[in-house]
Amino acid sequence: MSPYFTAADQFAVNPALLLALFGCGILILDFLIQPNPKSKRLLILLALAGEAFAAGALLRQYKLIEEQSVVALHGFSGSLIVDGFSIFFNAMFAAAAILVVLISYHYLEVEGEHNGEFYGLVLLAQCGMYFLASGADLVTIFIGIEQMAVTFYVLVGFLRGDRRSNEAAMKYLLLGAFSSGFLAYGFSLLYALSGSTRLDQIATALAQRPAADPLLILALATTMVGLLFKIGAAPFHMWAPDAYEGAPTPVTAYLSVASKAASVAVLVRVLMSTLGSQRINWEPMLAVAVLLSLTIGNFSALTQTNLKRLLAYSSISHAGYVLLGLIAGNRTGLTGIAVYLLVYTFMNTGAFLVLISLRQKGLTGDDIDDLNGLMHRSPGHALLMALFLLSLAGIPPTAGFIGKYYIFLSLVETGHFTLAIVAALYVAISIYYYFRIVRAMFLNEAGQLPAAVPGWGVRVGFLLTAAGTLAIGLFPEPVVRLAGRSLLR
Amino acid sequence: MSPLSLALWTPLACLAVLLAIPSSQKAAIKLWANVSALLGLAAILPLLAGFDKTNGGFQFVERAPWVPSLGVQYYIGVDGISLLLMALTAVTAVVATLSSWNAIEDRVKQYYAMLLLLQVGMLGVFASLDFILFYVFWELVLVPMYFLIGVWGGPRKLYAALKFFLYTLTGSVLMLLGILTLFFQHWSQSGAPTFAIDALLGLSMPFWMQQWVFWALFIGFAIKVPMFPFHTWLPDAHTEAPTAGSVILAAVLLKMGTYGFLRFSLPLLPDASIDRTIVQVLVGLSITGILYGALVCLMQKDWKRLVAYSSVSHLGFCTLGIFSLNPNGIAGSVMQQLNHGISTGMLFLVVGVMYERRHTREISEYGGLAHRMPLFATVFAFAVLSSAGLPLLNGFVGEFTILQGAFEASRLAASLAVIGVILGAAYLLWLYQRTTLGQITNMKNNHLPDLSPRELAVFAPLVIWAFSIGLYPKPYFEMIERPVARIVERVRPGYFQERPQAPALAELDPAAAPAIRLQAGGAR
Repeated sequence: MSPYFTAADQFAVNPALLLALFGCGILILDFLIQPNPKSKRLLILLALAGEAFAAGALLRQYKLIEEQSVVALHGFSGSLIVDGFSIFFNAMFAAAAILVVLISYHYLEVEGEHNGEFYGLVLLAQCGMYFLASGADLVTIFIGIEQMAVTFYVLVGFLRGDRRSNEAAMKYLLLGAFSSGFLAYGFSLLYALSGSTRLDQIATALAQRPAADPLLILALATTMVGLLFKIGAAPFHMWAPDAYEGAPTPVTAYLSVASKAASVAVLVRVLMSTLGSQRINWEPMLAVAVLLSLTIGNFSALTQTNLKRLLAYSSISHAGYVLLGLIAGNRTGLTGIAVYLLVYTFMNTGAFLVLISLRQKGLTGDDIDDLNGLMHRSPGHALLMALFLLSLAGIPPTAGFIGKYYIFLSLVETGHFTLAIVAALYVAISIYYYFRIVRAMFLNEAGQLPAAVPGWGVRVGFLLTAAGTLAIGLFPEPVVRLAGRSLLR
Repeated sequence: MSPLSLALWTPLACLAVLLAIPSSQKAAIKLWANVSALLGLAAILPLLAGFDKTNGGFQFVERAPWVPSLGVQYYIGVDGISLLLMALTAVTAVVATLSSWNAIEDRVKQYYAMLLLLQVGMLGVFASLDFILFYVFWELVLVPMYFLIGVWGGPRKLYAALKFFLYTLTGSVLMLLGILTLFFQHWSQSGAPTFAIDALLGLSMPFWMQQWVFWALFIGFAIKVPMFPFHTWLPDAHTEAPTAGSVILAAVLLKMGTYGFLRFSLPLLPDASIDRTIVQVLVGLSITGILYGALVCLMQKDWKRLVAYSSVSHLGFCTLGIFSLNPNGIAGSVMQQLNHGISTGMLFLVVGVMYERRHTREISEYGGLAHRMPLFATVFAFAVLSSAGLPLLNGFVGEFTILQGAFEASRLAASLAVIGVILGAAYLLWLYQRTTLGQITNMKNNHLPDLSPRELAVFAPLVIWAFSIGLYPKPYFEMIERPVARIVERVRPGYFQERPQAPALAELDPAAAPAIRLQAGGAR
């Protein structure tokens, strides 16, 4: 293997490099332009251009893999891997980042915190995510996680004048640092046990160890604690409601969608390929986390009156559903994780987008009551929200059903009947709180509030999320095929 | 496009037109909604005309791939049972739409949009031959019904709407697990992923798995029917829903549950369906439902709630018929499903008519209505007698055939069910007596207008239909005898060979055997 920077390395890291380049470019350019809203549009265009270039680089990776019909390409002596899995997840992060860039303009203007570095940070966070999906080395993954997390600490606290935002950032930072400690501890134990930081070499080394090795179980447990924290799965979810509520709403969407998906990507790669031999140990741990996520997420959401908190708890329960696919661990389950996360990107961002679009400082907040009678004053918003909520609840023919379909099917296939029944019953519970929102919008009396007029960015965002939610629900075939190709082999 | 697809999607096309009409044009919206309902009915007629009664299989079949990777197809077709229920749906839609003309003045466009969407869902449930397609339509029904109850319902509408939604959804997610198990079993046995019902018929599953799938499906269907003890959503939903909503709910939505048993549970899980314990449990629940529903009816002070509970009792007959597992029981059950739609639809319309005039549902508020509203009293009498199962009217045909079937299966069950028939006559006639006969006790009832021509037009199709079935049920039995025979033959192979009543024909063609007996039963 060549010790120098080769074309293959360049190829493997290209999307991340482009994102970092454009991200830093935006940070610098922000100083040079006039500090008025109009010139901020230039930054948005630049961010979108960065996304376009990164997406182009991803597409080239995809094409090369298809042309050469290889399973994976490696870079940097095997610490980066480019395979269907990484490409699928990275495309998903790109979709989420594009949506966030599009929808932030309106929100940041309303909040009076329209600073250009926001767009740069969005790209830099995505750059960190790239290494989560593509990393094949503990160190690479850890650096990716930290880059993503540090950017998010800043983003969550972006509303400097807002106490809740500051508090959220502080909590997220402290607990995040704590969980990173766990993760580092787990990673170092894995290194100690196997003598390597490369995932494939660790897998070979660990396969020869007995399953009941206490040191290995400790390594496994600490690694999982760190990752489950980032995913926002119970019992490591405590930061999520506060961070989601305090963060600027576009960041909340980004956090709940992309950050979660990136951490799931690591968990899937580490558990399925590296620690596959340890399934007997991690499956029960994961099952506990899933049951707690479903229970805590759903039951806590029942009583929330703040929409962002409600969606935070619902996102904890969605994490539970996603991880169920990992418990099943077969083809259907892993396809299900990919499909579910993609679908979740559209429907959850869409739901937050409705809140963003309705946001009018001093008038409309994030309370369920603020949506009262929305159907009368703004039917478009109400119908879109209903679509996203139905999808979140998994009711056909929306996209959410396809996600749930895969998860349930994988559980049935692998004989996890009890888990399947529990998960199914929680769907019914989730209906209760999703329909509290529907009830407020359609059945409650209208308040005296002016109708919101969405800007162009929000409109495009609506178009993308609604189209995604409906089209994947009605014609899931292309997405299903794509997800099927993304499986780890 | 085949006639069946046309019938299925006509309401959706009408919905698209409806959405194009501006909300302020209330009269135009109402007019178009009624035209749409008539178009929906007209689209069913070619199916009825072209239907081949001698063919027991599915007709007007159409299939196209929808999601090939998942094995989901757009696969539709009808047999006699589903076609009858589709016809019922279309007629109910006409009646429900027309009955809403004066009752709904608020958010008119949304209201009729929901009715049309609901109609698509209901037709789809009966036409689907692919299990996932069925499930999609099944769920599609929930949302418009939620809004119908929640927006245009009575005082406790929010509670009732959510309760309806939660109950049904709980059942349907468990049903989904059952569906997925069937799918996976078939996939691993044959290597072909498919949800097509006829393909799933070829499945052989171990008994324990059949049992678990049976109970999973059972929860979904039993909540919808609703069978005792899953019925508690029904009185609330029925009582709070607007009249048209109650009519559709009673006439069609409940039949989705019984239809599910006939189309899926019995044919796909024959071993579980014939299992002694399961049959005993189901027959027991049916009888409990019949008696419990009837007794609660006797206690009711609320007119609409009484009709709602009568549904629990009547649907108990339907499930009793199904789990008698013989041709008479099942054919009677199908007839009873149709008849219950007609007669309970009428009863809800009757309540609606009075509610529009007096805005109360308390039975004690009424009395002596016949003096001021003779036309109303006549129509109400038809509704009551048809629901109580008086001979020459439709209700008798179904109930009697079910009792024949139940008697063949278990004398005890049949004799208990007969008590239900008697109780049924009691609470219905007592209701009639308290509201319509006697002297006018409440002065508010003194100046009530009789039925308007529009209201008469609402009742007319149902009264005529009730009479025609009661007088001449033969064509209906002919339509369903072969599908019914198929179900029986599937659950109890060799049933027709063993029965001495129809020796010659049974040997030649098992499917033809019940024809003679059913015709005899119907003509009695």
